[in-house]
Order: sequence, then C-alpha cells, then structure tokens
Amino acid sequence: MKALRNLLDNIKPHVQKGGKFEKFHSTFDAFETLLFVPNHTNKNGVHVRDSIDSKRTMAMVVMALVPALLFGIWNAGYQHYLAINEAAGFWQMVGIGALKVLPIVVVSYGVGLGIEFMFAQIRGHEVQEGFLVSGMLIPLVLPVDIPLWMVAVATAFSVVIGKEVFGGTGMNIWNPALIARAFLFFAYPSKMSGDKIWIHGLSDLDGVTGATPLGEAASGHVDKFANGAFDLWHSFIGMIPGSIGETSTLAILIGAVLLIYTGIGSWKVMVSVFAGGYLMALIFNLWGANELMQVDAIHQLCLGGFAFGAVFMATDPVSASRTEKGKWIYGFLIGVFAILIRVFNPAYPEGVMLAILLMNTFAPLIDHFVVQGNIKRRVKRAKVNA
Amino acid sequence: MSEVIKIKKGLNIQLAGKADNVFGQAELPELFAVKPTDFHGVVPKMAIKVGDKVKAGTVLFYDKYRPEIKFVSPVSGELLAVNRGERRKILEVVVKSDGTDAAEQFEPAKASELSKEQVVEKLQVAGLWPFIRKRPYDIIADASETPKAFYISAFDSAPLAPDFDFVLTGQEEALQEGIDVIKRLCDNVHLGVRNDAASKVINSLKGVTIHSFEGPHPVGNVGVQIHHTMPINKGEVVWVAQPQDIVAIGKLFAEGKYDSNRVVVLAGSEVEKKAYYRTKLGASISTLIKDNVSNNGTLRYISGNVLTGTQIDNDGYIGAYHSQVTVIPEGDYFEFMGWAAPGFGKFSVSRTFFSWMCKNKEYALDANTHGGRRSFIMSGEYEKVLPMDILPEFLFRAILVDDIDKMEQLGIYELAEEDVALCEFVCTSKQPLQATLRRGIDLIIKELS
Repeated sequence: MKALRNLLDNIKPHVQKGGKFEKFHSTFDAFETLLFVPNHTNKNGVHVRDSIDSKRTMAMVVMALVPALLFGIWNAGYQHYLAINEAAGFWQMVGIGALKVLPIVVVSYGVGLGIEFMFAQIRGHEVQEGFLVSGMLIPLVLPVDIPLWMVAVATAFSVVIGKEVFGGTGMNIWNPALIARAFLFFAYPSKMSGDKIWIHGLSDLDGVTGATPLGEAASGHVDKFANGAFDLWHSFIGMIPGSIGETSTLAILIGAVLLIYTGIGSWKVMVSVFAGGYLMALIFNLWGANELMQVDAIHQLCLGGFAFGAVFMATDPVSASRTEKGKWIYGFLIGVFAILIRVFNPAYPEGVMLAILLMNTFAPLIDHFVVQGNIKRRVKRAKVNA
Repeated sequence: MSEVIKIKKGLNIQLAGKADNVFGQAELPELFAVKPTDFHGVVPKMAIKVGDKVKAGTVLFYDKYRPEIKFVSPVSGELLAVNRGERRKILEVVVKSDGTDAAEQFEPAKASELSKEQVVEKLQVAGLWPFIRKRPYDIIADASETPKAFYISAFDSAPLAPDFDFVLTGQEEALQEGIDVIKRLCDNVHLGVRNDAASKVINSLKGVTIHSFEGPHPVGNVGVQIHHTMPINKGEVVWVAQPQDIVAIGKLFAEGKYDSNRVVVLAGSEVEKKAYYRTKLGASISTLIKDNVSNNGTLRYISGNVLTGTQIDNDGYIGAYHSQVTVIPEGDYFEFMGWAAPGFGKFSVSRTFFSWMCKNKEYALDANTHGGRRSFIMSGEYEKVLPMDILPEFLFRAILVDDIDKMEQLGIYELAEEDVALCEFVCTSKQPLQATLRRGIDLIIKELS
C-alpha cells in the first residue's frame, strides 16, 4: 500500500501540467482516486463532510445489481439447456451463461469507460463515476444472444449522445442505459425482437422458438401463463426467457432492499411505479379485451423489465424527478404508461423502457409544477401578512 | 409560554469532544485583532495609524460606505499591525494589549429615556452596532430601516456549541438591560429557547415574546426560528443579535464602558481540556491551546463551529460573532480504497457505511473532503436537513445562473449561510453550497441597491 502510494507519487509530476505525459492527466487522476481517496481538505464552508461520495454511491448501486447479474448468468444457461432439451448440471448452466454474459459486460465497460476517459481528458476534468452503473445496466437489459459489436455501438451511442453531449454525469436528460437499449431496439429491430435472440443457441436450431412471455402473449398465446413455464412462480423467480438481468423479480427485489436501506435509491419512486403498474393492470383486468389485458395484475409486475425498470432505471436520480412530491407523480405515471404501452401496442410489448424514457422527458415539467407550488405558497403567505 | 415548535428535519452530527460545563483557566493573550472579513460587505477604512495608543472602545476603523458603522478596539494598548492580503485587502487589525483596563468613557444612560435615534447613535459611537445584524442578507443592520421584529436565538444547536444558559449565568441584569435597549430600537422582541432546557436566565426576562423549539440542528439557527414564527417576505426586515452581545449592549448603557469580555467554549476531539474560557473579543487563541491540544498530525483550528466557522492558525484570532473554538484533525492523508472499505468508523447520513450499526458512537471527524466535487447527482438530500419550506436545490440552481427573480421566489431572503451548512455537509457531490448562497445574496445586494 505504501509502495503503491510512492509509485503514484513518483508518476504524478509527469502527468501534471507541463509534464511529459500531460495528456494522461485525467486517466492518472481516475486511477489515483480509485486507489486512494485524495488528501483534499475543506478550505472554506463546512470543515467536516459526510463520508459518502459519488464513488461510494455508484459502487453501492453496482452491488445492488449483482444478484440480478448472477441470476441472469445462471438463467442464460438454464434457458439454453431447456430449449435444446438437454439435461445439465448447475455449474454447466452457470458456465455457459458466464461464457455468454461476461463478454457483454466486458465490452460495455471497455467501450464506455474508454469514451468517458477520453471526454474527461478533453474537457480537463475528473473522470466521473456515473458510467460504473450504466456499464452494468446496459448488459442486464440486453438479450443474451446479442452480437458483441452491437453492444459496443449501443454503448458508444449512449455515452456520447445520451450523456456527454449534455455535459456528463448529472447533466443528462435520459437514463443512458435506456438510451442504449432504445437505440438497439429502433436501429436493429430485426435483431432485437422475435423469438430467437432471447435464448442462447436458438439461431442454429430450426423449429424451436424461445419467445419471451410478453412476446407470446402479444401473439395471443397465454396458455403457459396460468400454469406452465410462465406461471407466476416462474416469473417471480425469473426462470423465463428475457433480457439478461430483468427476469428475476426476486433478485431485483434483493437489490431494491439494499438501495432503499442505504438510502441511495428512492423508495418513493419504486413504490409508486409498482402502484401505478398494479392499478393500471387491474383496470385492464376489468376490461379484458385482449390476452395481455387478462394477465393477472401481480403477474404483470413480474413480467418483462417492469421490476428491473422500477428499481434500477426509474430511480436514477439524475433523470428522475428531483422534488419529493414530483417523485410520486413521476413513478406512478411510469407504472401506468408501462402497462398501457405493453397492452395496447403488441409491437412493443416491452413498454417499461419507453415509459421511463417518456417520463424522463417530462420529469422537469413535473418538477416545474412542484416548484411553482412552493412559489405560490410563499406569495400567498406574503399577502396574508400584508 | 406559547406552544412548542417541533422541528423534524435536520441532523445532529455526533462529533467527539464536547466540553463540560466548567470554566478552564487560561491567561489572556497579548495580541487581539478585529477582522474586517468577519463583517460581510464592510469595506474597512483605518481611523488610526500603526503605533497609535488605543483604549478599549477606541475606533480602529470604519466602513467606507457607511462611516457611522465603527469598529473598536477590544483592549487597551497600541495598534501593532494591519495585516493585508491579496490586493491589499485588510484581513486583521492587530492590537497589542498593555494589560491595563483603560477604556473610553461613554455616558451611562437609561434606555427608556432616550429616543430610537439616540440609542442608535450611542451604539454606533461605542462600536456595538456591528453586533446587530439583519435578515435578509445576514449583514450589519441598517439603522434607517424599520424591522418588523428583533429576534434572538438563545441557544446554539451546532456541533459542540456552547450552552448559553451556562455562559449567561450571572449576567441576568446586564441581559435585561440590553433587552430594554433593544426594545427602544424595535418594540417587538422575540427569543427562541430550547424546550427541554430549564432556561432560567431567559425565562425570567421581561418584555419579550418567548418561543420554544425542539429538534435537531439547525433548530438553534435564528433563520430557522424566524421561518417558523414570522417568515420573512420580500421587503421585510428582522434584526438579530446573539445573547452575549446583548449583554455587552446592556453594560454599555449601565456602566458607560465598551465591554469586550466574552466566554468561549474550547471543544473538539483534539483538545485536552474541553471547557469554557473567559476571554475577550478578538483574542488570539495561542494561550487557550498552549499545552492543551494533542500532537497527532496536523490540526485544524476553527473559530466557530465545524459547519460555519473560519479556519485560523494556531495563533489566529477568534471571530467577532463566534463563541466557540473547535480543534479537529486536518485529515490531509490519502486513504487506500476508502470508497470501497466497509467503513465502520465513518459518519454518514446514508447507510452506505457499516457505521450505521453503532448508533450512539461519537466521531472524531476530520477536515478531509472524502471525495471529489461533482455536479448535482443525488436528489432529496438537502431537503432532509433544511427544516424550511424551501426547495434548496432549485434555489442553488437559480443562484448558479444568476436568476434574481427565481432566487426571490424560492425564498433566498429567509436563508443565511449557516442554514445551508448542513446541506453542504451531507452533499454527495461535495458542492460548496454556503459560498454559492453568499454569491446569490451578494448579487441581490448589488443589483437591488
């Protein structure tokens, strides 16, 4: 540790202004602050500060994502062997799952962090930690059989267009990980939908389909929903086809508990998304005009990316509503729109992504009204007193 | 007494090093200083030269733009130095004490027999006017304005803050006298007390309205108390002062002397004998900390509390508005993988460190920033520690883009730096919020005057 510190101190003069490797200042700084919390002290203003920082916050979210990732790895293998109708042991499933999932994670982090480092150097500021989370979110919302080059293109798009053009972490309007997902969805629709991509190894097999439950329901097959491969229990545990990290509501809820307990994720947003989704699904149950409307309300919340979106995407503080009252409205509308899009538009059964992006867009508007409310109260108070 | 006002939002930082309610013994130092930088917005103009003899109460300098506001020497002796900083800005006006009690003579007077103008003049001549400040802006009051109230917070809730009940014991008469003087300036005098403290000194005062409060810091901030009793709207002014300064005002009228005696509390994890000390305004802390602080690494000396105080050297001077000196570790070290460590001994409002398991532990916090500055990322953090109906983040955004209309609408008139100090403390992005707020206030003062 001491040796490491000395090594860094030796390199430091070379990467600072005027040094030989001035160009790598941000890069060096990123690694230095990753290894050592800097010795900066408060100069004016408060003399003591809370121990939390942006790195700690992001690291916590990544930890909350780990259960979903691990389950996703196992499920990738499980679905593969289920589809090709072969028996396999636990480690075999994990093995093939890891072989498929980990490269996606590596590509996502590699491309994303590379671009982040470049931008930090050009702008001359510190590398921001936001991508630590986005880099993990992106693989988890992708199908397992996606070509790696598409992961790379989508990640680059989301970092540059989704975040850096606005000024970096904290300035973006939309959730960068969802930008990546939406980009793929609209740029390569043939590869991102259908019934081959969700389970590894199906593209070589004829006659076997592996559509997601929502895909099946959209085409009118709900026979497996009541009792079968897609029943409530399987959907809750996550043994269904789907994007890597989104299938297991259980694993996602474990992450949610961590986020809420540490105080990093907003419980208001999570609760209101589920409430909005549940109410909307109930209303559709009463209506019951098509198969998707008839899916039980609780079951709806366990399908597709609903839970994942509610816990990890909608709660992104930067793109969400920033007032406390606004968070209730913002979350509730995400839930409502997610189910609405899912039920009415069979072309996009995955409505959560679009619902969150839509509400990201409207979050500033919601905040505006909350702020106006505060202003009006103050004006009213002045009039009463006068 | 009126009903108790309960405040829920806020935070008591469990800082180690609280002082006992006892007096410590320390000699008075040789050097004293008045620091123009303590008085926001004052442009000092020297009234005497280096080497001139002064008595306690002799004018040292005055405000260039409001020459009636004078700043006087706390002790008798000679003007030793005028220390300047960048662009020759005056930072410290240092007086070397001769150890005698020589003081300027002012006429004793009964406040009840004087008009408001006479009281103001008396306070200004004797150099006590700077201790009356005004909200909005938190600057020295303007005698031409008519305040809607005069508000005194009789307790301090900041970390390791002095217990004013203890400090004021024995000063009851002078305090009442001071209140009587204040009542000539503004008849509507309010005091805020802590509900659970048996505040005998305060409760026996006559002619004042007493409000009792309960809750975590910043409940003792006068701005928070005003917000909950008589919020400041645009165009309204409330004058405020601290209890010890009211005592000095009382003594000026009773005895005809400028009284610079103050009690300060010396606290913080690095102090050996944490106690109250009798000293004078602007005293150098050198004698207080002599053989009285630990010698582990670099120390940070703060005049005031850890949230709002100013950093001073180990022979620096106590600020004019401060009744507290805090000594904490500097924290200028590198911490290996600090952001990833479990963090058992780290204080955090979030539960991201394992320290949430030991609830009542006291922490020896240091001045390390614990991370780099970022843009606003987390939301809802500030609201939890600001017990006012104000949306802090949106106010800060308005300040950052110099939008004066928005600042007004969002309630900048109700805030002083001390009120947002806790927001700054909890900020994950390590933003300098007190400085930001002051920037907004300065802009408003400049544009609206």
